[in-house]
Order: sequence, then C-alpha cells, then structure tokens
Amino acid sequence: MSSRFFLLALSISALGVGVLSQARTLPPPVNDLAVAESPFPRALSDFGFFSNLASQTPNDGVIPYRLNTPLFSDGAEKLRFIYLPAGMTAKSDGEGLLDLPIGAAIIKTFAFGGGDDRRLIETRVLLHRADGWLALPYKWDDAQSDARLVVAGARVDLTTPSGEDISYRVPNKNQCKECHGLDGEVIPIGPKARNLSHDWLEGMTTSGKLDTVPAGSDVLPKWELRWTARTSDAARAYLDVNCAHCHRPGATASNSGLDLRWEQDDLQAIGVGKRPVAAGRGSGELLFDIVPGKPDQSILAHRMRSDEIGVAMPELGKSTVDKDGVNVIERWIAEMK
Amino acid sequence: MKKLNGVCLAASALILAAQPASAETIVVEAGEGAQERLQEALILAEAGDEIVLGAGRFALTDGLSLDVDSVTLRGAGMDQSVLDFTGQQGAGEGLLVTSDFVTLRDFALENPKGDGVKSKGADAIVYHRIRVTWTNGPDASNGAYGIYPVESTGVLVDGSKVSGASDAGIYVGQSRDITVRGSIVEANVAGIEIENSRNALVENNIATRNTGGLLVFDLPNLPIMGGGNVILRNNLVIDNDTQNFAPPGNIVAGVRRGTGILVMANDGVLIEGNILNNNPTAHVMVVAYTQEFNDPSYNPHARNVVVGQNLFGRGGDDPQLDGGEMLMAAFGGALPPVMWDGVAEGDDGLTVAEGVGGWTLGLTVAGQDLAEASPAPLDVPTPNYVFDEESVGAPAELLARIGG
Repeated sequence: MSSRFFLLALSISALGVGVLSQARTLPPPVNDLAVAESPFPRALSDFGFFSNLASQTPNDGVIPYRLNTPLFSDGAEKLRFIYLPAGMTAKSDGEGLLDLPIGAAIIKTFAFGGGDDRRLIETRVLLHRADGWLALPYKWDDAQSDARLVVAGARVDLTTPSGEDISYRVPNKNQCKECHGLDGEVIPIGPKARNLSHDWLEGMTTSGKLDTVPAGSDVLPKWELRWTARTSDAARAYLDVNCAHCHRPGATASNSGLDLRWEQDDLQAIGVGKRPVAAGRGSGELLFDIVPGKPDQSILAHRMRSDEIGVAMPELGKSTVDKDGVNVIERWIAEMK
Repeated sequence: MKKLNGVCLAASALILAAQPASAETIVVEAGEGAQERLQEALILAEAGDEIVLGAGRFALTDGLSLDVDSVTLRGAGMDQSVLDFTGQQGAGEGLLVTSDFVTLRDFALENPKGDGVKSKGADAIVYHRIRVTWTNGPDASNGAYGIYPVESTGVLVDGSKVSGASDAGIYVGQSRDITVRGSIVEANVAGIEIENSRNALVENNIATRNTGGLLVFDLPNLPIMGGGNVILRNNLVIDNDTQNFAPPGNIVAGVRRGTGILVMANDGVLIEGNILNNNPTAHVMVVAYTQEFNDPSYNPHARNVVVGQNLFGRGGDDPQLDGGEMLMAAFGGALPPVMWDGVAEGDDGLTVAEGVGGWTLGLTVAGQDLAEASPAPLDVPTPNYVFDEESVGAPAELLARIGG
C-alpha cells in the first residue's frame, strides 16, 4: 500500500512544480521494509516512524500510548508508540499482551530533562517479523537529529530528575532479550491490556485497529494515583511491571523460583516465607524474600533499596533506586499480616 | 524510490550473507573500546563462528552476553586473556550465555561484581580452562558464583579454576548430564556445588581452602526438583578451613568451616576414591534439610548416599559443632571421618563400605533440635545401591569438543 502511494506521489510530482511542492509537504510513510525485513536498520530515521524525529511527532499508523503503571528507568520520561501497518488489526488476548500482527512495531523513546532542556537519549524498537520479534537499541546524537543503532549498547552521562549524576546505560541487543525473553523467544512486555487505559483501548477498537476491547483491561492502578488504590494493588502492579518479566516461569530469573506476576496468587511463589536460592550477597544477611509486617527483614525490599551491582534489583535498566517504588513495596509488606 | 531500492539491495546482500557460509574467526584484541568491540562481536557472531580474544587485559565496564548457538569464545590462555571487570558498572554477571552448543575456553574473568560466567538454559555448554578470580581473596563483598550453569542439559566444566566466590566457586543448578572435572576451587565458601541436578560426575578436582569443599544439595520450591544420581570420585579435598564468609541468609552460610564433602537431601550420591585431609569439622557430612518447607514434591531426606573407599587423612579435629570438644574426647581426640545426622526414611539413607569410620547424631526427624541428639558410632549397612553410571556425566560430544 504505502510504496504504491509513494509511486503515485512521484508521478504526480512530474506534472508540475505546484503539484510537486504540494506532494513534498506530505511526509513519507513508515518504511514497512525497514520494520519487517532490513536486517539491522542503522538509524531510527530509516523507519520513518516520526514525521518529525526531534519532536517525536508520530507518522500515520504510529499511535502513542501510556501505561497505567510504568517501568522505572532512572526516572526517564518515556514516549511510547505502537505502529500498525495500514489495514492491519491487533487482537485482544484477555488481560495479557495485545497480539500485534507481523509488520507491527513498538517504539519507546527515553528522555531526560524538561522543557527546552529535554534531551532524547535513546529509542528502543521492537519489530514484529515473520521469524519473531527483534529488539534493537538506538542512541540519539548530540544534535538530536537522529538516533544510531548501537548493538553493543552505550553509556551516557546524565542527571536524573532526582538530581543524581549517573552513567546511564543504553542496553545492548542481548540485554534487550534479558527482559523481553520468554521460553527463548523475544516478546513485548509493556502493552498488556490490564495496564492500558480503557479509553485508549476503546479508541483503538472504534478506529478498527483492535478487534475488541479486551476483557480484564485497565485493572492495574494508575501509578500517579497509587495513594488512592489499595496498597496491595499498587504493589503487585509495580512488581508485575518492574520485575515479573524476569521473575516468572520461562524467563531470565525463572531459576529463582520467584514468580511476581500479577496473576500469581501463591504467597510462597511471590516471596512470602521464601528463602533465596542463588541471591548470593544480594540476600543482605536476611533469610526470606518477604517477611510479612517486616520490610526491613525482607530481601525483596533490600534489593530494591540498593544501587550496588550484584545486590540491586532489577539487574538491568536502572542505576538509581526507585524511591517511590521502594516506598510502595515497603508499605505493602508492612501492612501484610 | 531510490531509498526503497537501497534498502532492498542492502536486505538482499545481507540475506546472501546469511546463507550457510564457512565459519568465521573473529579476533578481538584488548585495548581501547574493548567493551563495545567484544560485545558487538558476540552479538554479530553466527553459528559456528569462533571469537578469539587476544592476549592482554580487557578493561570492561558492563556485563557481556552471548545469545548465538554454536559459538566458541577462545582466549590465549587463562593467564593470558583476562576480562577485567574491576570497573564494572552494570549487569548481574561478567558474562551471560543463553544459547546452546557454546564453548568457552582459555580465558579469565577477574573481579566481576556479581557472578562470573552464568549460562542459563544453555544446553551442551563447555567451560574449558576458564579462570574466575576475585583478586582480594575471601571477602563477603565478592560476587556469588564463579562458574554458574543453570537450567541446562549437558554441562562440562574442565580444567577451570575459581577462587574467592562468596557463595560457590563452581555451581551447577537445576541441570542434568553434568561433568565437573580437573578443576581447582580455592578459597570460596563452597568449592563445587551441585544443586537440584541429576546425573552429575565430579571427578579429579582439587578443592582446597574453601569453607566446604564439595556440596550436593536439593532445595524446595524450585522449578526443577529431584536432584540425585551424583558421583564424587577421585577428588582431592584438603585443607578446607576458611572461615565462612558468605553473607548470612544464603544456604551456604550454614556450611561449617572445615567440611570436606556435604550431602543434603539428595537421592543417590556415591563418594569414592577421594583423598580427604585436614578438613577440621568432617571429611564427609550427610544431613537432611532442616528448614521448614511447604513443597509437596520435596523430599528433605538424604537417600541412598554411599560412602565407598576413600583415603581419609587427619580431620574432625576442630569441629565447628556445639559440644565439639566433648564429642572429640568421647571419640578419642578426633571425630571419625563420616558424620551423619541419622535422619532417614528407611535403612537406605546412608550406607558405607566396610571399614569406613563414622558417627551419627542419632536424630530421627528432619529439623529436630540438636539438643535431642544422641551421638554414637555409626552402625549402618554396607552398600548395595546400584548407580546408573551410564547416564552420569556430560554427553560424549562435549568431551570430544575439547579433544577428550
């Protein structure tokens, strides 16, 4: 579809200067070949996801979304988008991940600083190809003109919103898989129906981009409204979003036996009275992952409070402590009987 | 149009390149940009490729990872090619391997902040002459495991060396068909640990100056349960006398300084042909898991543990046990080499070859208070348990890969 439109635009342009200038004001469409086939596109601009890269203005078919409870990444602002090729429809799968068709993409840009000082640091893309999902990291240049593929990852010195100077880590391609891996495959982890707003899902459905509003959607509390939610809901949502992509069967931390998914209701599996297995010094002289009523004696909270490698959790994706996250988890454990 | 054509051309060129081609050798030298150059090589490698590390010290700032099947990562020698993680700023291990049929050989990792090399769900992996060292010696702030294969089928660790791990030097967990041989584990909390794993052969290793030398465990509430069919043979287990420096809370933090071989809650463990000397608590200790658990699939008892003929030297002469001095006096100055808690389901908990000296705490229930112990000389049957030696150890293909 899109390349035919492009041909049409070119042939019209041959008709005259006036028409030509009109055709030029139309942004080129998203490059479906780059999404679905080109092995490793070198630049973010190769995809054409944005009509204006620097301002992150989405192109046709690129839909912004937000999550009720987001993943903490050193306080980065995140701009999230789903790309659906023209005429294609995503499918609902209960409260879980939206089933995105081959040719779709998920795009997430990380930014620090507000207003004129906002700097785009990296953009991660997940491309749904015939042979599965491919995760690629792109690092923005200093001029903020484009982002280049960094398969080996990178480090960027920056100051977080909480005022900490850090060496921010852009993950390498394999590290993407450490969080996005399940049973050996790469999968999306963010856009689960339970973590997406009902209104957004309804809008997607009305516009024909989603087959139906999924059952069990929009049940995770909104993070900024966590004080009005039940503590256990806020805490379990936090664990589901920040930890469960590794701490679940079939994923990177499956050998720990800890399963922090929202739907897990076995108390021992989520850490209550559970002894660590391979925590090493991460255990911090404590005996159990969660001791009800005692956040200070719970390894789960201890590892979240640490910024020391080998102790800190999550192992990837952050180098500072998420104080708000720690607060909710400590409150939850303290209220636990 | 031009742009689209360009992308098409680039795509077809890469598709051509992806056709089966002869395996490549990619050389990565130490020096400026080693982190990016080495990580990029590990990502862009294709099945069959060999990545060769030059001699020298690779200063690394982040963990490395490999996720391509059938790749060999080879250095110039375990003292020549050193991956130096002293400046590591991220990741939970020095090197993470998540693909199958990988060979790691002839290089070292120093001072990884977390674990040394972790291979998870990485079947048919070979570690050959890999050294992992925390250079400041035993220290609670060192990383947990040196060599750490987990959830894998087919593991060979050969000719490797780990020292300073604050948990286990070589730790094989939730795996099967394993050989750990010809390796040296020194000054770790646990030397070699086989946990929730089946069909493991641990032979011809040297375990020295650890808190405990060789450990075989089964733990509850893990995705893979039912450890057993393990043979510990012809190892040198001597001078394991380092104070336990594991952070409390870890299972190995409970290992008594001076333990040679410890078997806990496992089914079918053969201990024979080892030389044990100067392990001050016990040369061989066989116990049940004593913590509370709620996993119905878990059996906390040691079953079918066989102590055959071993060479027992001095030991049991400074036991880190309550009432140790009284016990030593009662047994004539030193404790016999085999210590058992006495807990068993039937009479096949522990059997020992004729002439093997031992003693029992005389407990009857897992988790029973030690105050109820009634120590006595060991009186157990001689072995009649038959081990399935055919299925013990790494597949022959793994041994063939390193020429033997």
